[in-house]
Order: sequence, then structure tokens, then C-alpha cells
Amino acid sequence: MNQGRSRPLHRPARAVTVLVIGAGHTGLAMGHHLARRGIDHAILERGEVANAWRHERWDSLHLLTPNWECRLPGQAYAGPDPDGYMSMPELIALLDDYAARLASPIHTGTRVTAVRAVKDGYRVITDRDTWRCRAVVIATGACQVPVVPAIDAALPPWITSLTPREYRRPGQLPPGGVLVVGASASGVQLADELQRSGRPVTLAVGDHLRLPRRYRGRDIEWWLDAAGLLDQRFDEVEDIARARRVPSPQLVGGPTPRDLDLNVLSQHGVRLVGRLAGLSGTRLQFAGSLAMHATAADLKLARLLDNLDAWALAHGWHDTLPTPERPAPTRLPARPCLGLDLADGEIRTVLWATGYRPDYAWLQVPVLDRKGRLRHHGGVIDAPGLYVLGLPFLRRRKSGSLYGADDDARELSAHLSAWLARCGRGVAHAG
Amino acid sequence: MHTATPTIDNGVNVTALLGAREALSQAPESARFTWRAHSKWIRGTHTQIAVEDFHGLGEPQRHQRRFTFEADHPEVFAAEDQGPTPVEYVLVGLAGCLTAGIAAVAQNRGIQLRSVKASVEGSMDIQGILGMDPEVRNGFDDIRVVFEIDADASRADIEALVAQSQKRSAVYDLLTNPTHVTVAVK
Repeated sequence: MNQGRSRPLHRPARAVTVLVIGAGHTGLAMGHHLARRGIDHAILERGEVANAWRHERWDSLHLLTPNWECRLPGQAYAGPDPDGYMSMPELIALLDDYAARLASPIHTGTRVTAVRAVKDGYRVITDRDTWRCRAVVIATGACQVPVVPAIDAALPPWITSLTPREYRRPGQLPPGGVLVVGASASGVQLADELQRSGRPVTLAVGDHLRLPRRYRGRDIEWWLDAAGLLDQRFDEVEDIARARRVPSPQLVGGPTPRDLDLNVLSQHGVRLVGRLAGLSGTRLQFAGSLAMHATAADLKLARLLDNLDAWALAHGWHDTLPTPERPAPTRLPARPCLGLDLADGEIRTVLWATGYRPDYAWLQVPVLDRKGRLRHHGGVIDAPGLYVLGLPFLRRRKSGSLYGADDDARELSAHLSAWLARCGRGVAHAG
Repeated sequence: MHTATPTIDNGVNVTALLGAREALSQAPESARFTWRAHSKWIRGTHTQIAVEDFHGLGEPQRHQRRFTFEADHPEVFAAEDQGPTPVEYVLVGLAGCLTAGIAAVAQNRGIQLRSVKASVEGSMDIQGILGMDPEVRNGFDDIRVVFEIDADASRADIEALVAQSQKRSAVYDLLTNPTHVTVAVK
């Protein structure tokens, strides 16, 4: 049923039971679980396997999670450096290798242009073929389109502006000062790298999540994993909408573990300012709320470490680990800068590390809320047979991470399988 | 973790507030409010301001009564001191907003408050308003708020209350972010 070959003249819709859109880690994880369940499926990929990791990230990027944590369904990390952090070439090799051993047919270079609901399923139109399927799994990721504030359009013409998707290395930017907007994972990493390159960095800081790389001799990921925080489920937290909005943590991976918080950055000469609040003529305006955001992040960090200490005590780890040493409170300038005139020439580049959003422009099924987000319950979208993977806190705190894909894909493939069975039609054939 | 218990009473109807949040998520256009003040010059730097009507939840609204305020300047400004200076009303607004936020967040987190006091200071260099030095701004160059809170909670929990109230405060936002202002003549 799914053996449609490409027919140059007449191209009737190809048929398959399940289509997975995206061959990143979540799409591949879903492929694994669908194959295990014998559900006939195919994976459509606009570019290559691991496309975003391959083409849309900067050169120095390493995963924030240590290698031992980089599990995929049926595959634990088996390399020589479990405590290291993968570079992009290493991660791409890992995913290429995983994809090659997967039973799933992967159609690369196939961009989905529309998904429509039809009788008994969905019609998926790509730039190559049209497909009919019973179910669609959206595995296109959370980080597709950089979110760029409207201020970008009003920046004076002599200012270079770019997003982390276009940024590769410092040498790509003109010499001179850089304003990095946003102090989550991307923002602090790029601020650090650009400051080291000799470009004086100003970092605009709003709401952020401060985490130490290591605590009491262990990687912070060890703590979050061991204490069960990463496995916390979406239906267990008090306010899931808020939990899904939590910014990415101020962490960096790399050859050696190191902290990368606001104190480290200001020690290296990065100027900390408040959230970018406006642009009046050529004058950038920064919010006066830097102290509030820093205090809030320090308080949240202290509460997390209190909870981790309590867990260590309760689970017999306390005596085996070094005594707790708390990170110093965030040090801020006494009078943070509230405005900078771009006409002064000090700032030459603005780098928008203001987050990403998914792109569902091709999804012609009414399942988006008024802010363009998918309406879903733990990845089960408000339309029969439609699923999503890989969004922040989709089913668990770890859902947005590489190692989060396994559990989510397993559970959603079970849901999908049950739904196919309930619809009274068996799966086309064993995959 | 942060669920209200019946024994906690800060006089905040959290259930109604959460209900409103839920209702407004269905009808976000009703969430638009317009607040108003109507002022009348008396003499000198003395102005009288009244607050009564506002708009919200899709229709005109009204306070239970009309509130009036006197604004003036103290004698050191060669004025008659018929009321607080306008910049002091800004501090009044900030104190009122942050404290209301603390009460609401405490209620939601099940923290009984016994006393919440704040001292709010704003400093400015009046060379700005006197037009003596164009490099000096007119308004506050620094605002400091110090809370003194007695509550059934740890210091960390109290600090978290204060942090959260800032995060959700309209007046804090107004003071820390630029706002588009138009002033016209009828």
C-alpha cells in the first residue's frame, strides 16, 4: 500500500499509515517506535537528517547535556567520553548513524507544503509527492523560526543585525561592539564568544534561568536526572503553560565543564543592561528591571539547590558528595545603563538571541490557538490522528531535549497505535 | 505545593482572580482596560484630580465613589503645599501596586501575611526640571523600595513573593519600561 514509486507523469497520492514530518532526533525516535510496533510509516525531511543541527547552528555549539544523557530509543551513549558534551559534527554523526540503522523509510529533500484533513486521515502535500495517511506526527522541532522583535525593522541602516540561525562565528561580524539581546542559553554563549573575540558586548537581560554547570562535584544534569525533575510529567505540574515558557538555562557545553552565568560574563567585561525595551530614534532603551530579573533568577536557583540538597539527604547521597557551596549572588552594576545611542558608533551589531518558535504555516488543520501554538494534550493534538513531539515540556520536563524523545515517542506511538486500532482498520502491514 | 488552604486569609479573593483569568482566556478582548483621571487646575501649582470612571470587561465601569486628589508642591518650591507633589503620587502608585501583588501572590501560595510595610524612595536632581542642565533628566534617576514583611514563611519565600509581585506589577512595569505618551490640546 505504501509502495508507490515516483511516476513522472501521473503522480497519484502515495499511501502510508503514518507520516512523520521531520528527521531530527524526535522524528527518528518516533520512527523507531512505530517500526517496533509494526506500524507502516515514512519520515519526510525538508533537508537532510538532523537538518537544523547541521545547517542552522553556530560552529562552537555543543549540546548542553553530557554525553551519557544522550540516549536515543534503543541506543545508549557508547563513546569514550560520557561526561563530555557533543559538538555539532559529533551529534550529526550520531544522528546519521542512528538514521542509517533505522527501519524507517526516510525521504530527505522533501518539504511538506500542506497538511489537510480528509476523510479517514490526512493529505500531505510536499514539493515532490502527495501522500495520504491516517495519522501525522509533527516532529519539526520547537526552534524553527527565530523570534525577532519589531525593533529590528527600525534599527538604523549602519547596524548589522542577525539571529543565532545565521550566526556561525565571530569573524562574520564587523569589528566593534555587539548588543546581544537575550540571556538564555544562546544569548550567554554568544555574548561570551563575541566578548572573547575582542568585540565589546552589551547583554540585554530579561527573564532568565540561572544554573551552575556543576554542583557538589556533579554535572547539574546528573542532579536533575537523578532527583527525577527531568521526568516530571506535564499533568503533574501546577501551571503547565508557565512551565512550557521557562527560558532555556544559562548553560554551555564544551571541552571542559564551566559555568556561564551573568557573573562570569561581567568578569570578562560584558556590560549587563536590562531587557531591550524600545528604540527611540537611534537611542536604544533598556528596562530598569535588571535587578528584579537577577534577584528572581538567584532565588529560583537557591530554591532548586535547596530541593536538590534535600533530595541528596533523603536518598543517601549527602555524605558521599562534597559539602554544598552556593554560587555567589548575581553582581550587577550599581546604576545599569538605561540607554545607548546607536549614533555613537559603539554598537555595530545587534544579535537577537530572543528565542525561536515553531512554524506551522503548512498545517491547514484548525488546531492552533490565537497565538499560533498547537492545541495539544501531552502531544496529542486536538484533531484525531495528529501528534506533535519535541516541544518544551510536551509530556515531561525533558521533552525538549535529545534524551526526552524516547519516552515521549514511546507513549505517543502507543496512543497512536490504540487510536488506529479503535478506528476499526488495521495497520496496512508490518513495517 | 502552592495551593491556598482555607486557613489562609489575606483578604484576597484568589478564586475570583483565577476565574477571571480563565474567563478572559476565552474572551481576550474583554481584558482591555482603560483607566482615567480628570484634573482641574486650582491656582499656582495646585491641581485637583478626580478618579471615578474607567472601562473594562467590554463595558464602562465606575468606582463605588468618586475619589479626589490634591497635587501641589511643598513650600521649598515656593508653593502652598495643598497636597503631595505629582512625583510622590508615582511612589504611592508603586507602593500600592507592589503591595497588592504581594497580598495576592501570598494568598495564592498559601502564605498568611501579618504585616506588609514598604518605604519607597525616588531620587532626582531638580536641575533637570529647572532647566539648568540639559544632561540631567527630569524624572527619578533611581527608585528604591524596601519591604518589611511579617508572614508565616521563610525569608526565601518572602523574597520570592516580592520578586513575583514585581514581575506582575503594572506600575513597576510603567516605571522600568518606556511608554508611548501623547498629550494633545482640545
